[in-house]
This record gives sequence, C-alpha cells and structure tokens, in this order.
Amino acid sequence: MSKRIAGPEIERLIQLLAKVPGLGPRSARRAALHLIKKKEQLLAPLAAAMGEAVDKVRVCSTCGNVDTSDPCMICTDPRRDPTTIIVVEDVSDLWALERAGAMNARFHVLGGTLSPLDGIGPDQLTIKQLVTRIAEGGVSEVILAVNATVEGQTTAHYLTDQLSGFDIKVTRLAHGVPVGGELDYLDEGTLSAALKSRTVF
Amino acid sequence: MEWRDEGIILGTRKHGETSAVLEVMTRAHGRHLGLVRGGRSRKQQPVLQAGNRVELTWRARLDEHMGTFQAEPIELNAARLIDSAIAVYALQTLAAHLRLLPERDPHAALYETLAILIDHLNEAEAVGELVVRFELLVLEELGFGLDLSECAATGTVEELTYVSPKSGRAVSRSAGEPWRDKLFALPPFLQRGARQGADLKAIEDAFRLSSFFFARHVYEPRGIDVPDARGGLLMALRKFYAAQAISHGDTAA
Repeated sequence: MSKRIAGPEIERLIQLLAKVPGLGPRSARRAALHLIKKKEQLLAPLAAAMGEAVDKVRVCSTCGNVDTSDPCMICTDPRRDPTTIIVVEDVSDLWALERAGAMNARFHVLGGTLSPLDGIGPDQLTIKQLVTRIAEGGVSEVILAVNATVEGQTTAHYLTDQLSGFDIKVTRLAHGVPVGGELDYLDEGTLSAALKSRTVF
Repeated sequence: MEWRDEGIILGTRKHGETSAVLEVMTRAHGRHLGLVRGGRSRKQQPVLQAGNRVELTWRARLDEHMGTFQAEPIELNAARLIDSAIAVYALQTLAAHLRLLPERDPHAALYETLAILIDHLNEAEAVGELVVRFELLVLEELGFGLDLSECAATGTVEELTYVSPKSGRAVSRSAGEPWRDKLFALPPFLQRGARQGADLKAIEDAFRLSSFFFARHVYEPRGIDVPDARGGLLMALRKFYAAQAISHGDTAA
C-alpha cells in the first residue's frame, strides 16, 4: 500500500480533479497543489463559483441547453431568429456553433445520438420535445447539425422522418474538405462526400 | 494472444476521453469487441465508422480478455452510405441482427453475405430483398431456419405460395388454400427459382414473415424489442417506392 502524502481532504480534492476530462491522477495532483498554493486568489473563488453553479445551473426545458435560467438566455434572446432551429447532439456542439457565430438562430440539444450499442433509442433523446416545439408553430427551418458519423446521420434521418408532417424546410450541414485540410491527408470517404456535394465556383 | 482478420465494423462506443470500444463482424472470429486506443482521434474516427471494412489485429494477454484492436482501413463505405436513409437504417438493422449472435462465434456465411450487402446498400430497389434474405440467414444460423424448399403437406416443390406459422415450412397453393387466412404469404422473390425482383408488397410480406419468426424464436424468449432501425427501414422503403410510383406515373403521363 502506498504511503499517504497529504490529508484526506487534499486526497479527495485530487481524486475529484482526476475525474475532470483532460486530467489524469498526475495532472490532478499538480492542479490541486497549484490551487492550494493560491488558496485565496484561486481556490476560494473557484469553490464559491462551483457552489453557485451547483445551486443555479439547470437544463433549459425548451431547448436542453445548460444555463442558470430556464428558459436559457438563447431561448429568451429577442434578437435571435425564432423561425430557425439548429439541432445539435450536445451542449458542446451548441457552444462550438456559437463560437463560430455564423447564425443567429435558436437551438435544440438532443442529448446524444441514436446508438443501439449504447442502448440509446429515440426515447432517451429530446426528440419529442423538438417535435412539440415545431408543432407549436413559428418555425420555418430546422438545421440538423449532427456529427457526420453513422450514428449521427441515422439520427438525422430519423428526425427528418419525424418532422416530415410539418411544413418546414429540413436542412443538414455540408460534408467535405475542412478549411486548412490538404486533400492528400483526407480519408477517401470525406473526399468522395466533398466531390458529391461540389458547388459552382 | 494475437490474431489478424478482416472485419466489418458494426458500431463503436466511446471509452474514456481518447479510446473507443469497437464492435466488428469478422470472417473467422465472429462478432468481436475490442478496445481501440486513440480511437476517438481525428485520424481514427473516419475509419471506425459502421459499414467500413478493416484489417484487424487483436491482442490480449488472455483469450477471455476484451483485448485491443488495431484497425487499418480496407474499404471506407460509411461516407458512401450516410446520405441515404435506406442505407443507414439497413446498416443499423443488419448490425442489430448480428448482435443476436453470441460473441466470438464464427459465422463465415453471414460475414460474406454482410460484405455483399454493404456493397449494394446504395441500390434502394435491392435493399429490401437483400435485408430479408439476410434476416432468414440469421434465423438459420440461430437454429430457427425456415424450410421454403418444398410443401410441408404434400412434398411438392411447385407453386409454393404460403408459409406455415407453426412449422416455418412452405405450403403449396392447393394444400394451403383452406387455411389461407392463417398462413403467411410466401413472397414471389423467395419462391424457388424466382427471378423477378421484389415490389413493395412482396417486401412487406417478407418483413412480416421474418418478423413473426424473429419475435417467436428470438425477441420474446430473450425479452428484447424489435430494433427501431427496422421500422425506419420499412418506412424509408415505403417512401422510396411511393416516390418511384409517382415518377413512373409522370413518365407514363
């Protein structure tokens, strides 16, 4: 059995930090030490921010985004186009699209993709909520911004079927060459998808 | 332990931050799972998509361990298939059927059929027939194959038009006529020596037939549901045939 080098409180802090994505036991130890060294400047405000987040963070009942208010800031923003909904798999995808700032639309977070291997079916996703949102009216376009994976596209096809009864335009993201991508390094699948969806230049 | 084999990817599951658990149907080792280290990297993700054919190296300390895979692409089919609803639903249906088989149990015939099927998943008019034939083969490999070669009542091989729900054997038109309401229709494309392609009615009949035997022998005893993708496939096929009928109507007009 390895010797303990710190008290149980510090060990617990290290254990919890090691569960954060990107951190392993070693880097968690470094992070914990850094926080302890900067107790007043970093550890205390971090603990306070986390406590506040625990109290206030909730999932938006309209779109599935996480925020401190329900409905979230995106859903209540009057400057956003309410006629367009971008459907994403996860909150991280929503944040990525928001960083891009390409569209001033509203979102819907599915909470994953249909994945038989993981036992995720339509009932585990927020598909019913999306259909209800569309049924309430006022939406003219749904953009399916799901990943270009087999599971992602199966979900996209399933959503298209579910939305086929509404008088709305259903679109999806283009598949092809990323900016900065060199053709030589791209896989054959991406290249053939890019060639298939070529546009007039 | 180490082996090399060719396989078709059925699915992947995220594992930790960088790895993935890969599920493949292999030629000689059946349905097999293994960990791919770095399987969620940008380089590996396009390769580890369902439907792709890969060269696999499996390593483990003991045979009963899950082990790790190294996968090299042979044929990247996923990108060709993901635009078609019929193709993705069919692919997920095939994978769901293969999950009914025990792990690491070789089924060379199913592997070969799967490879052929994936090559043709883009041909919408052929998919329904191919998936039904695959389903009948899965039933056979599970030990519940239907006997459609001769009439269960008379032994004749001519005019086989029904299937008995009781025995899973074909029944000729004359022998089955009095019980026609209780028998399944044997779709023309599954009849002996059939050359004609399947239309929507024949495909729906065939799906009804295979559904019944899957439910009785597999789903109900195991307490599992019919895969969602199968319903999606049937719906996509109905849409395809409806669109085709409209376009033929337009051409005729």
